[in-house]
Amino acid sequence: MQTMYPDGKGRFGNFGGKFVPETLMYALEELENSLNDALEDSAFLKEYHDTLQEYAGRPTPLTYAERLTKELGGASVYLKREDLLHTGAHKLNNAIGQALLAKRMGKKKIVAETGAGQHGVATATVCARLGLECKVFMGEEDTRRQELNVFRMELLGAEVVPVDSGSKTLKDATNEAIRYWVANVEDTFYLIGSVVGPHPYPRMVRDFQRIIGEETKSQFQQLTNRLPEAVCACVGGGSNAIGMFYPFLEDEVKLYGAEAAGQGLNTEKHAATISKGTKGVIHGSLTYLIQDENGQIIEPYSISAGLDYPGIGPEHAHLAESGRVSYEGVTDKEAIEALSYLTKTEGILPAIESAHALHIAFEKAKHMKKEEAVVICLSGRGDKDVHSIKAFMERESE
Amino acid sequence: MVKTKVEEAARNAEYPLFIPFIMAGDPDPDITVELAMQLQEAGAHILELGIPYSDPLADGPLLQRSAARALEQGMSLQRAMQLVPKMRDKGVTIPVIIFTYFNPVMRMGEELFLDQVNEMGADGVLIPDLPYEESRDIEKKAAERGLANISLVAPTSGARIEKIAQEAEGFLYCVSSLGVTGTRDSFPPEAYTFIEKVKANSKAPVAVGFGISTPEQVDNLHGVCDGVIVGSAIMRKVEECTSLMQDPEKRTKALADIKSFVSSLISS
Repeated sequence: MQTMYPDGKGRFGNFGGKFVPETLMYALEELENSLNDALEDSAFLKEYHDTLQEYAGRPTPLTYAERLTKELGGASVYLKREDLLHTGAHKLNNAIGQALLAKRMGKKKIVAETGAGQHGVATATVCARLGLECKVFMGEEDTRRQELNVFRMELLGAEVVPVDSGSKTLKDATNEAIRYWVANVEDTFYLIGSVVGPHPYPRMVRDFQRIIGEETKSQFQQLTNRLPEAVCACVGGGSNAIGMFYPFLEDEVKLYGAEAAGQGLNTEKHAATISKGTKGVIHGSLTYLIQDENGQIIEPYSISAGLDYPGIGPEHAHLAESGRVSYEGVTDKEAIEALSYLTKTEGILPAIESAHALHIAFEKAKHMKKEEAVVICLSGRGDKDVHSIKAFMERESE
Repeated sequence: MVKTKVEEAARNAEYPLFIPFIMAGDPDPDITVELAMQLQEAGAHILELGIPYSDPLADGPLLQRSAARALEQGMSLQRAMQLVPKMRDKGVTIPVIIFTYFNPVMRMGEELFLDQVNEMGADGVLIPDLPYEESRDIEKKAAERGLANISLVAPTSGARIEKIAQEAEGFLYCVSSLGVTGTRDSFPPEAYTFIEKVKANSKAPVAVGFGISTPEQVDNLHGVCDGVIVGSAIMRKVEECTSLMQDPEKRTKALADIKSFVSSLISS
């Protein structure tokens, strides 16, 4: 049984747990109790599902990629369209769930971390909707790279705090958000953006994202009366992937996670945590991470800011170790090629993150039978990435 | 069970039981060894030797900067522990506690780490991101080697205080107030109530840390707890004196300045 995790200690097999300063332990216990209560409260679940439907635009469609399927000449390709969700990515599912929980717990102040800004925007959005105070920590480097998302968050009424410690990116923004939470734990809710962090975060974020896989399963069954042979999703921290995979864990469906191999797995410029990482603790959770021989965490690299994280959700670490999910590296170049291909054949511009999953799916589909099917979680839209895509293509053509 | 050296030192100290923290390798390994000696001479009872880490979650800006400088010097868990025999050669006899985040320990392997702590002549470990529930295993392995595993309690510990305090080994590290390490001008009034509660529950001596930098603060805690832990305030002095300490002609004077700052805290 893969779906029984986490256990009582917050572990997914050998991974997960609560590796945090004592100051936070009470807050994590309080959060866990409140979460358990909320998930058994039909009024809470109704509010969550109503908000997803009436505000965020769920269910998102499952699109058959007809032209693409014909060109690849193998399995049928379907796209789960999280790019059509309000704010343009799957991140909002989780932000809505956690913000409603915060409100239920009587916490009026929300703090979050963001890398490229998608989770920050989703959090600022739901805070505006619910009238909550919102503070978003963002690496100084990222505030420069994603200036427009900073402005978007500010328009939504959030305060964006640039982080100049460490390498000034997502890892450090997360450190700083946790430090802020340690100091303000009594009245502040930390709204984490991925299936990472100490227990119960990985489980909570999964449960607020599993709607992706649940919808996919029922939509696909409605269309075909069966299940797809394979499902693909990209993995940074891994929230869209776990949301997509979780409802399929006990089924005979092959699951593929696409990690960012950056400039190649045999270079130092990648964010391929499962392929190249080792066991360790990051942001309160025991998982795989990219670190040196002395246990210092190394800043990863990917063209995609959303996959540029040195750790990975502990449940993914467990699913990798148990062999249930296969994780493969996809380079910047392969991702951009898959992105262009989808855009030209289907008229859908995906986020660079999602394009990593596309690459694996295309490769698998080519070698699968025509009567088989592969579903890809299209976790976000690519409008935010046009500058990076243009810059990459210009560099490549030189 | 035989008391660890850490607990013996903590019990024998008169107020304030004084536990300074220094970051290994900031500004360089030789100065770390010198500082340990100066701190002992100033009256420290136990030394916390900090291991620099890339992602120190519980630390404020000052110790983050200190760790970054030490890492630039190539400091690591392994190299830091090798400083302990050098301290012993210089005449440092007080117990030394290795203060490290968990990831470097995990990378090295818990067993090997504890063996090294022992072999290098250190006396205990403190792992701030290993709370009670996650530290049962290492606590047992440390005890088997006669090492103290130092536990922390925080103002939010609530019902956890009893359990943690009653099993405390060596001394109990009482986090004064919410937030990360670094100086605070004063503690909220409820801090004293909390510390008193911890003291009432603890079988081991109680030392208060996080935010202590002045003789007045040390005075105010007299009668409330057994001692204090001072880290950021010392490393702030080290940061200010770095260029002086690295100048052979001015080093002695700079070290003496740091020593007199520490003496002023102890003799308050």
